[in-house]
Amino acid sequence: MDILTWLIPASLILAAIGLVGFFWALRSRQFEDPQGDASRILKPDWDDHPKP
Amino acid sequence: MSAAPGYAQPYPSPMACPGCVAAPMQAVSATNNTLPPARLMLSLPSAHCVACMTTVEAGLAAVPGVLSARVNLTLRRVSVEAAADVTADGLIAALARLGYEAHELDPGLLSATETDRQGQDLLLRLGVAGFAMMNVMLFSVAVWSGAPEATRSMFHWISAIIALPTVAFAGQPFFRSAWAALRAGRLGMDVPISLALILACAISTFETVMGGDQAYFDAAVSLTFFLLAGRYLDHRTRAVARSAAQELAALEVPRAHVLRAGVEVILPLAEVQPGDTVLVRPGGRMPVDGVVVTGTSEVDRALLTGESLPAYAGPGTMVSAGEVNLTGPLTLRVIAAGRHSSLHRMADLVGVAESAKTRYTGLAERAARIYAPLVHILSFGAFGFWMVQTGGDLRFAVNISAAVLIITCPCALGLAVPAVVTSASGKLFRKGLLIKHGTALERLAEVDTVVFDKTGTLTLGLPQPVDLLSHAPDVLAVAAGLAAASSHPLAVALAAQDLAGLGITAAAVTDLREVPGFGVEGLWQGARVRLGRAAWVGATPLPATGTYLSLDGATHAFAFTDSLRPGAAALVAALQSANLRVVLMSGDAKGAVSDMASRLQIADWTADALPADKAARIAALTAAGHKVLMVGDGLNDTAALVGAHVSISPAQALDAARVASDIVLLGQDMAPIADALRIAKQARRRIMENFAVSAIYNVLAVPLALAGFATPLAAALAMSASSVTVSLNALRLK
Repeated sequence: MDILTWLIPASLILAAIGLVGFFWALRSRQFEDPQGDASRILKPDWDDHPKP
Repeated sequence: MSAAPGYAQPYPSPMACPGCVAAPMQAVSATNNTLPPARLMLSLPSAHCVACMTTVEAGLAAVPGVLSARVNLTLRRVSVEAAADVTADGLIAALARLGYEAHELDPGLLSATETDRQGQDLLLRLGVAGFAMMNVMLFSVAVWSGAPEATRSMFHWISAIIALPTVAFAGQPFFRSAWAALRAGRLGMDVPISLALILACAISTFETVMGGDQAYFDAAVSLTFFLLAGRYLDHRTRAVARSAAQELAALEVPRAHVLRAGVEVILPLAEVQPGDTVLVRPGGRMPVDGVVVTGTSEVDRALLTGESLPAYAGPGTMVSAGEVNLTGPLTLRVIAAGRHSSLHRMADLVGVAESAKTRYTGLAERAARIYAPLVHILSFGAFGFWMVQTGGDLRFAVNISAAVLIITCPCALGLAVPAVVTSASGKLFRKGLLIKHGTALERLAEVDTVVFDKTGTLTLGLPQPVDLLSHAPDVLAVAAGLAAASSHPLAVALAAQDLAGLGITAAAVTDLREVPGFGVEGLWQGARVRLGRAAWVGATPLPATGTYLSLDGATHAFAFTDSLRPGAAALVAALQSANLRVVLMSGDAKGAVSDMASRLQIADWTADALPADKAARIAALTAAGHKVLMVGDGLNDTAALVGAHVSISPAQALDAARVASDIVLLGQDMAPIADALRIAKQARRRIMENFAVSAIYNVLAVPLALAGFATPLAAALAMSASSVTVSLNALRLK
């Protein structure tokens, strides 16, 4: 059971990274236009060559 | 994804922009540096897919001076950053060339930051609760599956470290509103919720310290999560409705053309003073109350009175804010502007009526009223019973009491209404209906009588000539020739007729002259011909809307009828076949109303109704036990809209009417109203089902909790299962 002393902090830290990621997404206004962002990835504009 | 907006070019390339070719590049960049870029906001109601987004963004980026353009597909808006000399009109024209209808929005009115902040706040709390729930649940699974003593105790400690700050942070909306409710001496839904959260945390902490085997940290955290999810859905539905309603209000950018010292200046309405001289062009709406000083024209009062026949306006005529100037330019001396204008006074009356209107108690509120006392009685009853039964074992009794609170806690109840309302209003928004009020759908489901206004509601306010073929071909030809020279709605309707299809070409009328307020005259085959008002032409007026032609000493009358709004006939038929009582009430003349009533087969109609008559009729119907849906658009309907059980107005309506109504119809077509009635009934059924589902879970789980057999596992299962069932049921809405 000694492994728990490593695994529990490790899992908590990993989850905390997720939480920080969520905070960042919220701060950088990524939940403003969910419908638009979902469609934006389907734009054919830079399919043939990368955006300059 | 990079945060850089789209692919807008920072500066227009010299080749693409004639202005840049003419002016030295240096000068252009200098203006760009000195003038700060302006942010323009346009409403884009027809944008709906990825292709629209690409076309609009690329099209706007190609407009000289535009720095960046970004479409928000969720709100159907485009925000444009552009050099200060780019105007909204130019952008709207550019979008029109691409085939998109756009409207300028007043960014000042759209400061939805407060709502935004609330939404972000809820989302943040929801995220934290979700994170904590996932972790605490992992530890709980180990405990449920029988971890040995030492491990269990350690897991409880870790859960406590995660759960306590989470509940303290994420539960704040509930604590705050529970505190407000207690201070007002009420027992809302949030009081038992807060009590359950606090009690669960306290008892679990106590058990953890004592090394006990039951802790409810997982329950406390998942309770917070599910309830916040319901709260967030609720908030989002209202935020979307509110921002769209603000958008409608922001559509009318209030400005007036004021003549000051002989120079025409455009001023915001707030700066117009009584005594100022205001210019109103044909097609414009009167911004103020005033007296006509110079010019003659006809004014359309349909929005204010429901009359479909335009009235004459000349020097000395009083005009009110909200009327539309039809034919000639008018100069007005301002009598009252802004807050003091008749339009505003009427709107204020509506505000007073609205605040006095007895508040409808929503289903959720009614459920909470039954539920809150019941939960407290059960929980305290269990506490008292077990105190006596065990001879004063406080720890055991508090444990049972907490278990009862947690198990009965209204996770499903908290989600039952918001989930259904979100799903239903999303469906209706896609059909072009905007639900402005939280309980509007519930009220719509109860409707048994529908009252329609005529002008502008059942009709488009666009006249259509009738019985054209009863006139001789040369009469029609001359009328068409004259009509082409005028912008009066009747003349436009006449000129737009497909006369070529009847083998008639418009006669070549020369010396055309429009006499604003009267009509058009010209020379045809050397003789003077006139098309216009009856008195001017020398004809006897028809009982209905009409225009008159004088030709060779004889007069000819052209009768008009208002064209029906698309879907109106189908809607009325659908309502009647659904056994709803349909009533037509209009401020228009008797002839026009009876004609419309017979076209739509409405037996119950009233003409010449004053605003007070309409409101009185609605009040009488309500007193007789009917639930009335009022559909109207004008200022004369506002009192009736407020008085009705639920009300709908089209987006073209006057803003006072839109503010007064619960639902706004965004498109021209009326058919979505029938859908709305159907979906509202269905939504109400789903809400009831959801209440039943959560009641069943409670009935099954509460005896267990009361008897002291409830484990944290049972609580977690009951809670999650009921929440998921309720959400899935809400999604079944068709």
